[in-house]
Amino acid sequence: MLQSLVPLLVDGLANAALIFFVAVGLTLVFSVLRILNVAHGSFYSIGAYAAASIGLWIVSSGFSPYLTFPALLLSAALVAALFGPLVERTLVRWTYGKSEAVQILVTFGLFLILEDLQRMVFGVQSLYEDTPMALLGITEIGGIVYLNYQLLLIGLAAVVIIGLRLLIRHTRHGKFLAAVVADREVSQTLGIDTNRVFIMAFALGVFLAALGGALATPTSGVAPGLGAETVVLAFAVAAIGGLGQIEGAAIAAVIVGLARVLAIYYAPALDAVAPYLVMLVVLLIRPYGLFGSVTTRRI
Amino acid sequence: MPLLLLLAGLAVMAVLPLAVPWLQFTLTIALAKGLAALGVAVLLRAGLISIGHAMFFAIGAYATAFLMRDLAVTDFATLIVASTLISALSGLLFGAFLVRYRAIFFAMLNLAVSMVLFSLLAKLYGVTGGTDGIRVATPSVFGMALARPVFADVLYYGGLLLAGLVGFAVHRYLKSPLGAALSAIHTNEVRLEYLGVSAWSVLLVAYTLSATLAGLGGAIAAMAIGHVVPEFAFWTESGHIVLVAVLGGIGGVVGPFAGSIFLEVVQTLAVGFAADAWNLIIGLALIGVIFFLPRGLYGLMETRRRTSP
Amino acid sequence: MTTPLLKAENLQVAFAGVKAADGVNLEIAEGEFLAIIGPNGSGKTTFLNLCTGYIRPLAGEVFLDGRPITRLAPRTIARQGIARAFQIPQLFTDQRLIDNLMLAVAARRGIWDAFRPLDRRTHRDEAMQLLSMVGLEDVAEQSAATLPEGLRKLADIAIAFALKPRLLLLDEPTSGVSAIERFGLMETLMTALRQARVTALFVEHDMEVVERYADRVVVWDQGRVMADGKPDIVLKDPRVLQNVVGVA
Repeated sequence: MLQSLVPLLVDGLANAALIFFVAVGLTLVFSVLRILNVAHGSFYSIGAYAAASIGLWIVSSGFSPYLTFPALLLSAALVAALFGPLVERTLVRWTYGKSEAVQILVTFGLFLILEDLQRMVFGVQSLYEDTPMALLGITEIGGIVYLNYQLLLIGLAAVVIIGLRLLIRHTRHGKFLAAVVADREVSQTLGIDTNRVFIMAFALGVFLAALGGALATPTSGVAPGLGAETVVLAFAVAAIGGLGQIEGAAIAAVIVGLARVLAIYYAPALDAVAPYLVMLVVLLIRPYGLFGSVTTRRI
Repeated sequence: MPLLLLLAGLAVMAVLPLAVPWLQFTLTIALAKGLAALGVAVLLRAGLISIGHAMFFAIGAYATAFLMRDLAVTDFATLIVASTLISALSGLLFGAFLVRYRAIFFAMLNLAVSMVLFSLLAKLYGVTGGTDGIRVATPSVFGMALARPVFADVLYYGGLLLAGLVGFAVHRYLKSPLGAALSAIHTNEVRLEYLGVSAWSVLLVAYTLSATLAGLGGAIAAMAIGHVVPEFAFWTESGHIVLVAVLGGIGGVVGPFAGSIFLEVVQTLAVGFAADAWNLIIGLALIGVIFFLPRGLYGLMETRRRTSP
Repeated sequence: MTTPLLKAENLQVAFAGVKAADGVNLEIAEGEFLAIIGPNGSGKTTFLNLCTGYIRPLAGEVFLDGRPITRLAPRTIARQGIARAFQIPQLFTDQRLIDNLMLAVAARRGIWDAFRPLDRRTHRDEAMQLLSMVGLEDVAEQSAATLPEGLRKLADIAIAFALKPRLLLLDEPTSGVSAIERFGLMETLMTALRQARVTALFVEHDMEVVERYADRVVVWDQGRVMADGKPDIVLKDPRVLQNVVGVA
């Protein structure tokens, strides 16, 4: 049993790592900007398209295939630089303080626009670019074969969690970020440029989503509809962890990853249902998620 | 005034297919989606946005498919009534726990439930036909087996009649104390509770109603298309239903239908040259409406308050 | 001895370690007009929240007519006869004032009515009556959001009256009302209360108002009842003078 469960587990955790990147971006944007971005998954798929396209270009142009690794990062950074400030300054900014319904509708509109833009730019075909995965090869331990790329994904997720923690706790900009999360009005009176913090947080969120997408291309490629599938998974993970909770998103991603592994193992038909079932159960017991907290209204 | 508008709309809708026969199918689908959008609009009155309401559309549609395939029900009226009842019942069931939540939590939980349903519809191949879906044969009407075009007429005019009746009933409901309590949940739920009114019960009625409307729409769509697929329940469909409601305006009962008819007709007309950019266009339109015509949003534009779930 | 209309027994509640109610004991007899005074943050509003089920005590009980209501929801308590007017008026701001009142009337008469309009004769007449009781009949058709604070306060009280309560809790009814209008408002309120035979408890900062209108006054300090008695006696108590009145 263990023989078949362990590879599944690694598979599940690698998957969880990818979803974590998107979910943590979503949750970060929510905690700073108080916005649930329905178009967040689109940045994942745009990141994936960018990484696949750049990777394919590198390989076909005869450059060193090892350049595909920095290309993954570069594509995520490109997407963040292109969309982060632009979208925040135009659409998202306008919805601050508006009702959730309006925020959801505006970002849904953005989602629709980005869906068609992707089709126009990248076409409707699936793209596969697995050079990074092929280059890293496999490791064999005790007769079980692991994809090194998957181990890398898990490691990177850990790096991102620690990195975010360090960023928020120990850098000036990070402390501004934390201050805005804690109390927007007070941080404004303290002279923190909240506009800049918003741009920064949104761009970072876009970067994380795009990074997830870029890192996913070597294992699963990219096809139309990816953004729509991803954003609901990211919602589920972010909601389970508690919207706005960074560590919560990490733990939730692992829970969802494991739930899927168990589902694949015991009830394959329930594989796709597992994340949402977990979300339902968690939210029914704790509406604010595992690590979320409650605010009550003063009267 | 809204009633006059409703009657005028119905009259135009009744003669339109006579003038432009190829529009009839489009209009039937528009009615079906308009019903679902009306359901969503009812909930928006309470400030609640559901990005999972396509599930009730799907429940109505699959109920029709199951009734025909597994229980050999072929009668049009029975199918409509039974499918609508099944959706109403599911709405009551899910609503009982979903309407405890507000704001983003309500939206997300509806999304979660609808995604569970979507995944099950897609995965349980033996029962639901998986991603292939289920074919829906042409129902009989009062014991008569009809040719497809004749049934299409029956479905269209039947649907139109139902939409008219339902629109009238919802209009009355929104003007009633119960409807007023519904918007009161949005403006000041604490005050409403202090008036001795249970927001939970008020919302459960609204939620069940909205599920019923969506289910009726789903049943009509299933018969019109002759096929049901899991995508009916996918979250983007839910998003589209909300979009239709908002584009049409959620202030009255005519808005969601107007939005639905407008969108379906334009999409059909534009299929030749704008099919690839359709989402782009309606996405821009949605944002445009919210930016420039916020009055249609009926109070949703107010600055939000801190609310408990 | 008759059962008090409302009785609070050893109520305790704390927020972030601060005791907002630290063993509160209080009885209100039918027909009384009771004032609560005390410095800001002494737990007066918390007490109203506890009595109406908005928050639950860590310990203690609240009784209405001798029956415990401690863990009931605000709506259930409202239906049992306790209505509340708020410190910050709680109106349905997207509606006209008359609609606010009609909804309150409908809430009492039965909200489960999905086919007849809210705006009908019986509701409208009673709503207008309530508005004229507080002198707001002229602004009935105005949007509740556009009313000045003082008028909103009155509207809020009228809404509470619509429930025909046995006990009315008024949280600083005269704050936001100019000193000149204050006594006019109190006169109107007293007449309405007597007419409807409603027992009332009101949180108040204006000592003159308390002295003139309250049958009894209770002094709050740090989540406890510090003094309780006739206004002319309590308000002369040196401890009260120093802690509460002296500041004002």
